[in-house]
Amino acid sequence: MTGQTAAAATEVVASPEEIREVKATAREVGVFYGETNALRNVNLDIRKNEVTALIGPSGCGKSTFLRCFNRMNDTIDGCRVVGGIMLDGDEILAPNVDVVHLRARVGMVFQKPNPFPKSIFDNVAYGPRIHGLASSRAELEEIVDSSLKRTGLWDEVKDRLHAPGTSLSGGQQQRLCIARAIAVQPEVILMDEPCSALDPIATARIEELIDEIRQHYTIVIVTHSMQQAARVSQQTAFFHLGDLVEKGDTEHIFTAPRDERTQSYITGRIG
Amino acid sequence: MEISLLTAVVLVLAAVGFLSGRSRALATAAGGARNLRSLPGHYGYYVAVWCGAPALLLILLWSFFQGTIVESLLVAGLPDVQGLSEAELGLLVNDIRNLASGNIVSKEIDPEMRAAADRYGSLRTMAFGALAVLSLALAIGGGALARGRVSPRFAARERVERAVGVFLIVSSTIAIFTTVGIVLSLLFEALRFFNLIPFTDFLFGLEWSPQTALRADQVGSTGAFGAVPLFTGTFLITLIAMAVAAPIGLLSAIYLSEYAPGRFRGAVKPLLEILAGIPTVVYGFFAALTVAPFFRELGEDLGLDVSSESALAAGVVMGVMIIPFVSSLSDDVINAVPQSLRDGAYGLGATRSETIKQIVLPAALPGIVGSIILAVSRAIGETMIVVMAAGLAANLTANPLESVTTVTVQIVTLLVGDQEFDSPKTLAAFALGLVMFCVTLSLNFIALRVVQRYREQYD
Repeated sequence: MTGQTAAAATEVVASPEEIREVKATAREVGVFYGETNALRNVNLDIRKNEVTALIGPSGCGKSTFLRCFNRMNDTIDGCRVVGGIMLDGDEILAPNVDVVHLRARVGMVFQKPNPFPKSIFDNVAYGPRIHGLASSRAELEEIVDSSLKRTGLWDEVKDRLHAPGTSLSGGQQQRLCIARAIAVQPEVILMDEPCSALDPIATARIEELIDEIRQHYTIVIVTHSMQQAARVSQQTAFFHLGDLVEKGDTEHIFTAPRDERTQSYITGRIG
Repeated sequence: MEISLLTAVVLVLAAVGFLSGRSRALATAAGGARNLRSLPGHYGYYVAVWCGAPALLLILLWSFFQGTIVESLLVAGLPDVQGLSEAELGLLVNDIRNLASGNIVSKEIDPEMRAAADRYGSLRTMAFGALAVLSLALAIGGGALARGRVSPRFAARERVERAVGVFLIVSSTIAIFTTVGIVLSLLFEALRFFNLIPFTDFLFGLEWSPQTALRADQVGSTGAFGAVPLFTGTFLITLIAMAVAAPIGLLSAIYLSEYAPGRFRGAVKPLLEILAGIPTVVYGFFAALTVAPFFRELGEDLGLDVSSESALAAGVVMGVMIIPFVSSLSDDVINAVPQSLRDGAYGLGATRSETIKQIVLPAALPGIVGSIILAVSRAIGETMIVVMAAGLAANLTANPLESVTTVTVQIVTLLVGDQEFDSPKTLAAFALGLVMFCVTLSLNFIALRVVQRYREQYD
């Protein structure tokens, strides 16, 4: 899209035969926690119906950057965000933006599964209820059913929709949280290390799920696992010490990184 | 005094036992502490426990039973006591005891009594001597035996840990046994009361006027012991107090934990807790001198007849007093709800108020109910404010503008002053206490069930 500013990072060159529509654009985004500058001058395009992986060592600012997209940094005292993020042409960092509406468009899945202490049904129905997405009980049930089916949880929980969400296993809880997020029918889903608390089998299940649902959504995922980034993402951005060092197609980043720091990180020498 | 000295000696012996056990363990272990099965200190504690525990237990039991045993020995040795009643005998023994310790006695001292007093003194000295010898022998013998068992392969730590376990069990049961004791003492006195006044008259009677006659022909010689007005009074005042404290306390807890900036919270929370530290007598002044006249004047302006001592004044002030119970505890439980739940709700686009009402409060419900129960029991038990602001008249009314009285206030008035301990007037206090105990117990039970039914457990 437009506005390709000269940044520290190298530019993505899209192959001409692909039409890759941009969903969100971050321009010169910076984040301050009090006096600390946690993130500097990030420019990144998020493409529609693709998975963008944010990688980098701990404390590099990737989660902070992720949380700019749904303004979750607003809930942290003393946190200040500068720059601009356009979502489908709307500026979302402006002070007059309704964050409630924004978060309905940009859903989020957290590092640790955090189902509400309510029934499985109520967990998924929570978002549609507060946003008034269903006009009848039948419609609400339809939304819950389809969200659970899309996350592959339906067969496992259909007989106990009224059991507490916290009674599920860790992997099931995380899929419940994904179902809860997609029940609001968001355009973008942010995932903050969604598999870090899960075992390899549950992780594989979630990765499969991410790949399945990306045709309906745009996904941004923070991950510490290089293999996960390589497996699920089409685009990768590497952060280091608050800077966006390198971005590009996942294939390029992992096979031919241009920056030495990226090279070191993906081969396990720093991090 | 002598017993405390003996206890101190045993404790010193135990300390010596600790040191000797530890040094013996180190001495028997060739090549230092590494070759010991347990740490040197454990051997020390093992010896100390065997030295101290049996001796202290003996001293404790002895001091419980010494009085009765010595007295029965004394009585057995007294001439011509067969003709005396129990009360007279008690008086006599008391006199002898006073004489022996040099206090004033109730009648003239005859040589027979002097002899008895001397015998009492020598019995006591003998008993103490026996105790001292026995307990010191036990301490030294136990310590020496335990010290003899110390060897590098000896499992001292396991034994010390078992002893500590027993000690912990005993500590935890003390509170339970105390409660049982309280209930039993209430129960026995209350049963004596119900022998005089029928149970149904007490529980369902509508009139409370606890008089007992000094002479049979006195006016108003028959008292009425119907507890209903007292319980409705208690209920009314508690209700008013909770109507003030529950909403204000809960709302301030929500503000403090969810909305207030950290510095404001840090300043306001201790200030609120000061409310809990004000003596209830001071609240009583405030209720009687400021709030009650205020309500009275307000009522007059509105054309209502407000008594100068009203349930409303007492209830409102009591409500203010228990605000911190609700707010401080609720604030803590609301803060304990994990941030991840709030993040989850915010991430779905919930507003702050939706998050609080639908996610945070349900998760914090058990703690909130707990804080309210605590406040209710505080309100039911409160006496001073009611005495000063609500009066003593046992009116059976649901009108908060009249004066009422509560169970605790009546218990106090029944037991204050010179009273016979077998008159229904005095015994009624125990019956009231027993019923109140049952009421609060069932309240707690119901609240516990409610919490179990509706709670949303977050981990």
